[in-house]
Amino acid sequence: MSAGAPPRLWPRLGLALLVTLAVVPFLPKWAAFLVTLALAKGLVALGLLLLMRTGLVSFGQGLYYGIGAYAAGMGASALELGDAVPLVLLGATAAGLVALLLGLLLARYRTIFFAMLSLAFSMIFYGLLVKTSALGSTDGFNVAARSTFGLPTTSPVGRFGVYGLGALVVFVGAASLDRYLRSHLGRLAPAIRDNELRVEYMGASVRNVVHLHLVLAAVLAGAGGALTALAVGHVDPETTYWTTSGEFVFVAILSGTGSVAAPFVGALLLELLRSFAYEHAPNTWQLVVGASMLAVILFLPEGLWSVFRRRRRAA
Amino acid sequence: MGDLLAVTVDGVLYASWLFIIAAGLTLIYGVMRILNMAHGSLYALGAYAAASLAGAWLRGGHAPMGSYAMLAAAAILVGLVMGPLIERGLLRFCYGKDEVVLVLVTYALFLMLEDAVKLVWGVEAYFVAEPYGLLGSVELGPLSYPVYSGILVLAAVGVGVALLYAVTRTKHGKLLLAVIHDREMSAAMGIDVNRIYLVTFTAGTMLAAIGGALTAPTVSVLPGMGVEVIVLAFAVVVIGGLGSMPGAALGALIVGLVRSAAVHWLPQVELFSIYLVMALVLVFRPRGLFVAAEARKI
Amino acid sequence: MSAILETRGLTKAFGAVVAANDLSVSVAPDTVVGLIGGNGAGKTTFLNLVTGYQKPTAGTVTFEGRDITGLAPRRITRLGICRSFQIPQVFDTLTAYENLLVGLGIVSLGRRAFVGSALGDQAPEAVAEEMLQRFRLGEWRDAPASALPEGVRKLLDIAMALAVKPRILLLDEPTSGVSADEKFALMDLVLGAIRADKVTVLFVEHDMDIVRRYTERILAFYDGRIIADGMPDRVLADAEVRRYVTGEPVPGGA
Repeated sequence: MSAGAPPRLWPRLGLALLVTLAVVPFLPKWAAFLVTLALAKGLVALGLLLLMRTGLVSFGQGLYYGIGAYAAGMGASALELGDAVPLVLLGATAAGLVALLLGLLLARYRTIFFAMLSLAFSMIFYGLLVKTSALGSTDGFNVAARSTFGLPTTSPVGRFGVYGLGALVVFVGAASLDRYLRSHLGRLAPAIRDNELRVEYMGASVRNVVHLHLVLAAVLAGAGGALTALAVGHVDPETTYWTTSGEFVFVAILSGTGSVAAPFVGALLLELLRSFAYEHAPNTWQLVVGASMLAVILFLPEGLWSVFRRRRRAA
Repeated sequence: MGDLLAVTVDGVLYASWLFIIAAGLTLIYGVMRILNMAHGSLYALGAYAAASLAGAWLRGGHAPMGSYAMLAAAAILVGLVMGPLIERGLLRFCYGKDEVVLVLVTYALFLMLEDAVKLVWGVEAYFVAEPYGLLGSVELGPLSYPVYSGILVLAAVGVGVALLYAVTRTKHGKLLLAVIHDREMSAAMGIDVNRIYLVTFTAGTMLAAIGGALTAPTVSVLPGMGVEVIVLAFAVVVIGGLGSMPGAALGALIVGLVRSAAVHWLPQVELFSIYLVMALVLVFRPRGLFVAAEARKI
Repeated sequence: MSAILETRGLTKAFGAVVAANDLSVSVAPDTVVGLIGGNGAGKTTFLNLVTGYQKPTAGTVTFEGRDITGLAPRRITRLGICRSFQIPQVFDTLTAYENLLVGLGIVSLGRRAFVGSALGDQAPEAVAEEMLQRFRLGEWRDAPASALPEGVRKLLDIAMALAVKPRILLLDEPTSGVSADEKFALMDLVLGAIRADKVTVLFVEHDMDIVRRYTERILAFYDGRIIADGMPDRVLADAEVRRYVTGEPVPGGA
């Protein structure tokens, strides 16, 4: 371990996991729901963090989020999978496979072309969903898991099953990504962002690394989509619309790419703001989101996380 | 046969509408390297302003024909107010930032404008259908089309010709080309790049507003009406090649025909046929039809 | 001794402009070759063609008896040819240490995938530290590359090329942008660091004193062709080279 690198995160993430699980029985249902949504959406933003570190901004993560949600929903109804765990795995796998395929094409694109092509793919999927009556067209359909880790949703603990599962997936996802980013392969992400030509001239395939990162980001987004579907109990095409993807970009920008924990703080902040705004000012919600996004881009280009870090350095 | 005619005419009408909007988007990108995500909101603003102005005009009992002038006035007004406001008030602080960052800035602007529209006009729908029916309709073989649609085509052709003339025949247009070609050199040669940006953004905004104002009589003007428009316009300019005006024209025609063909023959693919075409074009021409990829000097 | 690098009839045309015209060169292993010539003479094009950045219009490139014509830069790099750049190509947001670690990491990933790490390779982290010392970059270890002075970026760029353990290293104007009194020190340092590994070096250079001092052989380029090839003293005394490349008055010449 070199002196300049930040310390490993997983012990602190593990602590966060324990705390999250420990507060379960004391949380009111709405708070558990809100945190679950934040965890799920944070997973999508975590994938964006990986892409952004590689120098890519995707305006189409809604595609994988939606695929994760629909895969979980169809797993519950068509495959009659009753437990939340295999459903989340199914969502993540389905999204990963789609990214594996689309990545053949997407991995060749950069900057706004990458952003726009990802957007196009998510809109193709949106168009498909809206016209597929078997999947409920614009209304979508209801999703319900009977149990989590075998604990029935009717039991006192199982009631919070999806919440606990979300916390666990986030822990595994964030800790693995943190470890990955410190590996030789993961270090190629900022190298590619800085200078692709040089990476090629060091013998690595930029396209393969980008492809891998697309798949990893999609797996995270798929897991997030599945968790959302289970928490909300419903899926609809809105999950893949480009404005949903835009919201994930917002969370990623707001949080910054400084730490794998940042997207979850950002997502929680967004969900809190949203539930507050829906109560008090439903028609100025996007105004607040847009203005705070502008403020972050103009005044905190490294994201909110950089504020914490700067303070810690100063201390 | 009648089917084919209908598909073609519908496609051209749709393409005209798309071209007006996409021309503004591609003009702004070509000169300023900003892919303006708020373009759809400016389109919506144009529609709202047109509905309000023309509505007030008609309610005031003035000559119905004057409502066309109100539509035009609304578009010009939106362009002249919003263009300088956004360019001077926000964008000029962002020049020199990464293209992707600029996309995010305009995305934030899009979010804010969406709510601003709701704050000003509320969430109720606006209707101003009179200008649509006023001119009667015309028979095209077995089909009947409102004359108003012809205005749309004329406007698109007019926009295309005006842009072509402005860029190739006027002094300002030539300066514009110089800025597109090499902005640092242009600044060094004493060209007022800031002014060029201001004019360009205002013109682009006005084009979006014209698109919206012309659409206002044909639809119910509702919050969120710009949300889909922006991704459609993206598809058009990405197909044609970002920053290319002929590209925007061809892209609009392709998207217009593909969509009307889908609507007629395969309605279940209507929504995504456009994006499918966009993805296909990008597979073979990564920078769009009219823009060649460049090699980097090392 | 057989050639480590050989080109036959290597040609690159951009429309009507022929940037490289029928270049046939054979380089023996473990030598230092200088490439001289004016701007646009074809030196950098030669490097680009050999390393795969550009595909030749005609001709072949052979490395250790293997045809590598038209392969992608990363494949050619993996086979053992690497290069540095006239404009340093470094990772601006990474520190000097991390810049080296990227290349070393790629090498160790490749080894793990193909040969296994049981070969007893040194850890990339240790090699990076050692290279920082060897290239006297120690004081810049934790500075982001964007903050380094141009000369240091140049040095880092060369060290990065060496990090991937090439058999042949192509240096594009290693001393450009370096002040005259530092050029020799830089070349001493670079060639000292490189030659310890018995790497064959081809470098583009405009300073004839540097070329004379460090090379065993010179290729002189003019108008896309090689107009002289041989021992430094002979090439630098050549009438055509003096007229077209070094610009010295030719005794008794036209």
